[in-house]
Amino acid sequence: MPRSRFDHQLETLNTELITMGALVETTIASAAKALMEGDRTQAKRIAQNDSQIDGMEKSIESLCLKLLLQQQPVARDLRLISAALKMITDMERIGDQATDISELTLLLGDIKTPTVMDSIGDMARATIRMVSAGIDAFVKKDLDLARKVIDMDDEVDDLFVRVKEELIELIRQNGPFCEQAIDLIMVAKYFERIGDHSVNIAEWVVFSITGEHRSSGEETV
Amino acid sequence: MSNTIIQAKNLNLYYGENHALKNICLDLPEREITALIGPSGCGKSTFLRTINRMNDLIAGVRIEGQLLYRGEDVYAPGQSVTDLRRRVGMVFQKANPFPMSIYDNIAYGPRTHGIRSRAKLDEIVESSLRGAALWDEVYDRLKKSALGLSGGQQQRLCIARALAVKPDVLLMDEATSALDPISTSKIEELAVDLKKDYTIIMVTHNMQQAARVSDKTAFFLLGEMIEFGDTETLFSRPSDKRTEDYITGRFG
Repeated sequence: MPRSRFDHQLETLNTELITMGALVETTIASAAKALMEGDRTQAKRIAQNDSQIDGMEKSIESLCLKLLLQQQPVARDLRLISAALKMITDMERIGDQATDISELTLLLGDIKTPTVMDSIGDMARATIRMVSAGIDAFVKKDLDLARKVIDMDDEVDDLFVRVKEELIELIRQNGPFCEQAIDLIMVAKYFERIGDHSVNIAEWVVFSITGEHRSSGEETV
Repeated sequence: MSNTIIQAKNLNLYYGENHALKNICLDLPEREITALIGPSGCGKSTFLRTINRMNDLIAGVRIEGQLLYRGEDVYAPGQSVTDLRRRVGMVFQKANPFPMSIYDNIAYGPRTHGIRSRAKLDEIVESSLRGAALWDEVYDRLKKSALGLSGGQQQRLCIARALAVKPDVLLMDEATSALDPISTSKIEELAVDLKKDYTIIMVTHNMQQAARVSDKTAFFLLGEMIEFGDTETLFSRPSDKRTEDYITGRFG
């Protein structure tokens, strides 16, 4: 085997990416659950996951740089390694935003705005589906699934608009939930950003398979 | 869009029974660097040597199809091989300076082509050595033997010698494979500089060199030309699986 060591290193990179992806998936799902159930204990645990995610980002980044230096990869190897370097940044940001949501969960206290919470719940579920599908697309090298993730972002964006409108209505009523409404709009924005990061991940999955990267409707590379 | 300077049209080459080049169709652009890559025995050097008819020297070689240089078939009856080789120079894997002075190495070609004027020869020697980025290192020892130069300097001397007859195309057959990284890098930079005025076609086993230096790359395998295209595209998303497998080191 002319390149067994390199293949072994790429396998390690793949496994590490899958592990990081699974951790990100769990973290955002736990953050959403803690938010919906007002579970402060679970919300506090999210920060620990986040530092683990940060550590994985650093170690994968250093593995990628080592591979670039040692193997001077080309073609699909180069695409995988450069996609990995970009994807870990998005995964790390999802971890940060899960932590941000959990911090707001701790501030929110008892939530008494069921309609808005239903909509935020829908948003959280749609976003988690995107994160899971994005990571799944990478694991299975599934081009169709990656493209579906990109399309799924419209649903999350629509839900964000719905949540925003409901919160505006709540503030207009000038009731006791105004302060909560401000925190909740931030929660919704974090979910919306997580959707965007999932799209980025899916776009890098497409790039690693096809060599083409779609950004704002334009093809680069 | 560059003009085509070398064009292979259904080019076949046989070494006796061995079909070494199979129906090669390739248009090489002017004033660009084209890299020819592929595993040993794939035909890339053979193809390179068809361009200035170096294969003529090998017994039992038979060529079919056409190899056009600026639209003229270099194998057409009556073509002057000497004239072709003046226009299509070549640098080999191993530097081969003549056992004479640095000056005489460079002046050899022009003298062969009838230039006798000392002043003219001086001018050619200086401009060729400057062109090959060697002048500053040797201007004060032009009368010393070329064999005293380092390997990297000898290779640049060979490039200077090729430039002295004012060629149009420069063929480089693994011209840096025996050199250290610094000499290699000097020759790579030189090649990039030279493409302003010359067309360069290089055979290389060094994938990174092909990716770094060339504008176009052609991948050969078992006598066939498998893929030809922009170097950046070929090394980032090759269209043929065999190209991908070769450049990523899965075989060869």
